[in-house]
Amino acid sequence: MTQSRRQFLASAAGIAIATTLPLPGRAQSGAATAFAGDGAGGFAPNAFIRILPDDTVTVMIKHIEMGQGPYTGLATLVAEELDADWSQMRAESAPLDNETYKNLLFGLQGTGGSTAIANSYTQMRKAGAAARAMLVQAAAAEWDVPAEEVSIFKGVVSHGAKTSSFGPLAAKASNLTPPEDPVLKDPSRFVYIGTDRPKLDTVAKSTGTATFTMDVYREGMETVVVRHPPMLGGAVASYDDRAALAVPGVTAVRQIPQGVAVYATSTAAALKGRARLSVEWDSSKAETRSSAQMMEDFAALATTGDRLPAETVGDSDAALGGAAQTLEMEFRFPYLAHAPMEPLDAVLEVKDGRATAWGGWQFPGFDNGAIAGALGMNPQDVRMEVMLAGGSFGRRAQPSAQIGAEIGAIAAAAGGNGAWKLVWTREDDLQGGYYRPMTVHRMRGGLDAEGNIAGWHDTVVNQSIMAGTPMEQMMQGGLDPTSYEGATKMPYDLADMTVDWVRAESPVPVLWWRSVGHSHTGYATEVFLDRLLEMGGKDPVQGRLDLLRGDMGRDRAVLEKAAEMAGWDGTRVKDGKGYGVALHESFNTYVAQVVEVEDRGGQPRVTNVWAAVDCGVAVNPNVIRAQIEGGIGYGLGTVLHNAITLGDGGIVQEDNFDTYRMLRITEMPQIHVEIIPSDADPTGVGEPGTPPIGPALANAWRALTGETVTTLPFSARAGA
Amino acid sequence: MATFTVNGEERTVDVPEDTPLLWVLRDELRLTGTKFGCGVAQCGACTVMMDGTTRRSCVTPVSAVEGANITTIEGLDTPESQAVLAAWEALDVPQCGWCQSGQIVSASALLYEIPDPTDEDIDRAMAGNICRCATYQRIRQGIKDAAKALEA
Repeated sequence: MTQSRRQFLASAAGIAIATTLPLPGRAQSGAATAFAGDGAGGFAPNAFIRILPDDTVTVMIKHIEMGQGPYTGLATLVAEELDADWSQMRAESAPLDNETYKNLLFGLQGTGGSTAIANSYTQMRKAGAAARAMLVQAAAAEWDVPAEEVSIFKGVVSHGAKTSSFGPLAAKASNLTPPEDPVLKDPSRFVYIGTDRPKLDTVAKSTGTATFTMDVYREGMETVVVRHPPMLGGAVASYDDRAALAVPGVTAVRQIPQGVAVYATSTAAALKGRARLSVEWDSSKAETRSSAQMMEDFAALATTGDRLPAETVGDSDAALGGAAQTLEMEFRFPYLAHAPMEPLDAVLEVKDGRATAWGGWQFPGFDNGAIAGALGMNPQDVRMEVMLAGGSFGRRAQPSAQIGAEIGAIAAAAGGNGAWKLVWTREDDLQGGYYRPMTVHRMRGGLDAEGNIAGWHDTVVNQSIMAGTPMEQMMQGGLDPTSYEGATKMPYDLADMTVDWVRAESPVPVLWWRSVGHSHTGYATEVFLDRLLEMGGKDPVQGRLDLLRGDMGRDRAVLEKAAEMAGWDGTRVKDGKGYGVALHESFNTYVAQVVEVEDRGGQPRVTNVWAAVDCGVAVNPNVIRAQIEGGIGYGLGTVLHNAITLGDGGIVQEDNFDTYRMLRITEMPQIHVEIIPSDADPTGVGEPGTPPIGPALANAWRALTGETVTTLPFSARAGA
Repeated sequence: MATFTVNGEERTVDVPEDTPLLWVLRDELRLTGTKFGCGVAQCGACTVMMDGTTRRSCVTPVSAVEGANITTIEGLDTPESQAVLAAWEALDVPQCGWCQSGQIVSASALLYEIPDPTDEDIDRAMAGNICRCATYQRIRQGIKDAAKALEA
């Protein structure tokens, strides 16, 4: 997430951004009180840590765990400063508390923009250090020795021959005042940060015992599925529910703002009932163009639309006018669905004026407001349970509170007390909008007589993610940086460059999708650059290194490392395999990748990827490697296969994994990851692995076949 | 009405005969380790063992299960599944975790059929199980490590 989005979120919540110490355990925060009060003899030095007499240390995790690793990551930070033993560490999801559990970069509780470790690094270490100081003090009092002489190692508190685990000291420690500014370890003394240990959620997720939203069952609960409009922005005109109501188990059919909801005593009955609904749709406010037509319209806007300057350096027009050679290319990127494996879902229970909502709430406060609004309740009477989420990739980070609003409407339409589970099917998911924006990049570049780049102009056309949401107010000068981030602030010394943006309009709702703007800017800029370097007779690696500005040392280091890992020697085709490179920073994490590709009957088969990453201090190296591997797989499947297309009348064509193809194990390359050692503040890894894979593949494929793929996905090529 | 064995226990459920086994396991028997991902046998998240072979429970009507022996992730306990679980833990395979029950059922079945699978065997057996987090590299390694452990 960009700085501007962070600032907006902070102002939206009315809370200043600040690095704060965790609150004392028995402070006014409701969550903290609940945390402290649930175990006799327990010790809750602050709202993040609970130590019980059985020696377990539970960390309240303020970020949703959706596979990116905050359970393990934030617990690592606490364990490090607490000097706990890893085997005693546990993790729990924090409930909604926009103050206590706010993302320090956003100013409210929320997960996104690869910020979980970045914003928690100091806060969670201080939380652990405070708890440690109190345990030391409790032991010193217990043993009547100076606190300075008490030490802790791997969960054992000791002074000379006297030792204790944490549990027996918890009651005494809980009567002490937390230190205001606990001293943090010098990084040279780290034992956990920078090393690998088992993830806290692996066993539950490998034995079927992890509880996700869809696994929540409540007494008397009904399952609800909703028939949504097949065109985006459509609405219900009329419906016939007689056949649906005849299905055994279907209890009611109700119209809600989102569509027609079928209530039933089981999921199977709800689905059968929905299949028998007959609905007429009103498409007067819907997108009724085909996506093919929209793409032509967007491409035309690149030259005819209102271009807003996003970044200007020097005079690109003059440079291009005086260039010895010029290159013009148009890149076309389709709408994309996030397709998390757990389809969207929620459970809501209403009982006598209070409610509890279970969900993969990525910004729980937004959904809390939507549910309370739908039910006419005070937000504080709606408890939000943040569940493990079966993936998100941006889909659950909804300023529009889409799922909160829908489950709220379902409960409101039913009225009274009850419990409801909303289940989306894969068809709902793929056809439900909130896509990565369809995007056109029109790029022009020039070379001087020596083959050096002289002039760079990138015109980006797409819809705004922020416009029409509560975030619109922070768009300055009409600009939405999420539309073109990554096309601006490139690390290269391009003396004359212009990036401008044309805002396209459509009723199709769009949303951040793993790496947001970087998901297309990384491709367009790195493929275009590669072509220009080739035209100028430059090596893809050395040409980039020569272009990097002097202060771009971290970009340089990852590029050099990836080239070294791949054994790059300037040979772009070897033994029938093509090699290509890409470099792209996103969310302050630097990633370079080299791809090795084969031509299998006209189709690319990526066999190896070498990736170097610099994300500052590597808190959990194994989690970092996993996120880079996963980010590459996610990006690779997308550039190979994925497009959401609208047919005639705006009807979405893809409806399940047979038409919206996921990368499978047969297509997974061997991925080699190296992490650059660093003592810089840690940055995120959930997204930055994704942007470079597409352009690195495209550059390798061009080396191998001569074909430059400018319209994604690869499978949309003529003859593919 | 259908009667069958689940994880060693005989169960009778009173549901329409076209009810998918997936929803019987989840909604009726509360065995929620088996997951819903697509509903059309495209993703493998709902994979269970039925009479010794893998089965997509989302497209298996309960009428087809009458008298059958079903094993879900909760009841999976064979030398192969134990080796797979140990390998999964050692490599920290899961990310979001939603698909992993299906992956582990498929991987355990593969090792029962082919104790020493090649990459091609792994591709064939596992191609039906989608992992959106793309943990495939670790899945492949986990199967190989489990095979090695079983051999020892």
